[in-house]
Amino acid sequence: MDLSLTPAELEFRDELREWLAANRPGPEPGDTEAAIDHRLAWQRTLFDAGYSGIAWPREHGGRGATQMEQAIFNEEMVRARAPAPANIIGLVMGGPVVITRGSDEQRARFLAPILSGEEIWCQGFSEPNAGSDLAALTTSAVQAEGGWVVNGQKVWTSFAHRARWCMLLAKTGDDQRHRNLTFFILDMKQPGVEVRPLRQATGDSEFNEIFFDNAFVPDENVVGAVGDGWNVGITTLMFERAGLSAASALAIQLKLDDLAALIRDRGLQDDRSLSRRLAALVIATETMRLNGYRGLTRIIEHGVPGPEGSIAKIQWADINQRVGELAMDVLGGAALLADPVWTRWMLRARANSIEGGTSEIQRNILAERVLNLPRMR
Amino acid sequence: MRFDLDDDQRAVRDGIDSLCRSAWSPASARRHGAGDDDAAALWRELVAAGWPGIAVAQAYGGQGLGTVELTLVCETMGRALAPGMFFGNAAVAALVEGAGDDDQRQRWLPGFASGEARGALGSLQPDGTGLALDAEGAAALVLVGGGRAMLVAAGDCQLEPAAGVDLTRRLSSVTLTGGTDELRGDLGTALERVEVALSAELVGVAQRALDLALDQARSRQQFGRPIGAYQAVSHRCADMLLDVESARSAVLAAAWTADHSPQALPFAASVAKVSAAQGAWRVTTASLQVHGGIGFTWEHDCHLLLRRAVASGHLLGSPEAHLDRVAAARGLGGAAAVPTAQ
Repeated sequence: MDLSLTPAELEFRDELREWLAANRPGPEPGDTEAAIDHRLAWQRTLFDAGYSGIAWPREHGGRGATQMEQAIFNEEMVRARAPAPANIIGLVMGGPVVITRGSDEQRARFLAPILSGEEIWCQGFSEPNAGSDLAALTTSAVQAEGGWVVNGQKVWTSFAHRARWCMLLAKTGDDQRHRNLTFFILDMKQPGVEVRPLRQATGDSEFNEIFFDNAFVPDENVVGAVGDGWNVGITTLMFERAGLSAASALAIQLKLDDLAALIRDRGLQDDRSLSRRLAALVIATETMRLNGYRGLTRIIEHGVPGPEGSIAKIQWADINQRVGELAMDVLGGAALLADPVWTRWMLRARANSIEGGTSEIQRNILAERVLNLPRMR
Repeated sequence: MRFDLDDDQRAVRDGIDSLCRSAWSPASARRHGAGDDDAAALWRELVAAGWPGIAVAQAYGGQGLGTVELTLVCETMGRALAPGMFFGNAAVAALVEGAGDDDQRQRWLPGFASGEARGALGSLQPDGTGLALDAEGAAALVLVGGGRAMLVAAGDCQLEPAAGVDLTRRLSSVTLTGGTDELRGDLGTALERVEVALSAELVGVAQRALDLALDQARSRQQFGRPIGAYQAVSHRCADMLLDVESARSAVLAAAWTADHSPQALPFAASVAKVSAAQGAWRVTTASLQVHGGIGFTWEHDCHLLLRRAVASGHLLGSPEAHLDRVAAARGLGGAAAVPTAQ
């Protein structure tokens, strides 16, 4: 066991810190579309400096660094308060799935524009009637000349209106559950695809609905085997959960520093109840960071992410929600006023226990796949 | 960075685990608490195999292994509900080594390291008396409280059995009859190492409670299916896993920090103690609930684990004191924050 960074990791971090100090972009614009443009420009800057696809193999255009260096990169980005690159879904999920499950042709076609941010990716998994029960989805893909014709609807897709490619899970047969789904890469720029913004409880429109009306996917854009989409999709979700928790924990610690400052600014520093709640959140967040690094060591030594990522997902959602609740209590009577930072945080955090697999689904995963408890179904 | 045990550390854990499995059981723990001397045989085995000196410096006859190795032994002992001899001796050795002067080290550490002159840990009460864990037969006690640590030779105090909450450790009230010797060095750091070791025991206690709950959830049938198939039960078990793994991560990190990055130990030790003490309470109580009626019987081990979680959770610094310390580092909680390790 060694929790210190190796000389190579230290060198990577120090170089990156220096580069970030010189190249970090200015504050993000408030307008959603302008913010995406800002993040696209940022991704291009990262790409040009060789900081896109840190842990992707060199043969696929990445930096060929270790998973640990990827985690260090994620933490340093947060520490520098730099935004996420625009094509985060392509970098974290799309690329890794194409690398691990795609064909050589797909790797040649799709990977480079993911890294540069030239082509944004979105994820078409959830449907109005298939959220937690993903295998119940009804969007269908029917075989036609040279490919597949897609009809149906997807929801909760970030960046869909700016995306070129959609990771689409669709039904391709009537066989039993989990064996009748196929994973496609669908071109969003075609007449059969309509994107409508979805307004959320926060008032923002981060997400979209996608409607498919005889949209077309050529055969060469099937990832993995026809009928094996469930397994390919699960791989995608595990990549989503892996490796991000240490950086997410750091982001929360920075937010807790802001919240401690708010407590002091409001003259509440002697309130023992508020200060203990804040301290409990600092400690919970630190265990989330440590769980993240323990999980990362496991990923590095066993290859693929495991179901333990569900622990960090539950912690992340729970802590974010408690931060929002504490902020409201610190604001007290002023909590009636919509605050651009804390009201938004309080509301946005309510989605954290739903998006990316609900906390209840994460507990099912832990119960069934880590603890080997009997399945409920 | 590599956040996992290496092969030597696994060997330490497996070695103590096999000794505990062959030499100790919850039934032994009950007999020990009730006054039988099962624990003397366990202590002789530990001494014969050299375990008492695992973390004591080689200069004093110990093996000089690190805090990580010490916590692996403590976690395994906690899981086995082993008595307090090993923990107390290791704690007192760490206090004398870390906060004692050269004379105190020369006089006491060789006996603690070999196990031939055992040390026992106690708390110093505001009235000047002490409460000590498994202190009968010890050569010396260290009583901790009010920011001080008093070293007392067995001949300079009287022990009276006291009724403890924890039925697997014998509690004694200590009356001082002779001289005491204060540990005047860096007590804070030494106490933090002891708190990390205590937290490791609590991780083991919580792990045992989770293991028992899982057995029950798989085997107990109600309404025609195992109760673990119901989400009201399985989700509770998932939360127990979250608590156990979070506390284990915190304890391992704090143990490593104690040996390699001591300036970061105060925060790491607070994270470990709060996660382990509060986590062990949540997990042992949840385990009793998963067991239902059988879990509330005297014969079942659930209450032994729960009692241990309460008693150890309140030994040395309370979770609240650690929360106040973490808050104080952020300028919160007022000037009169409670000192840790009372």
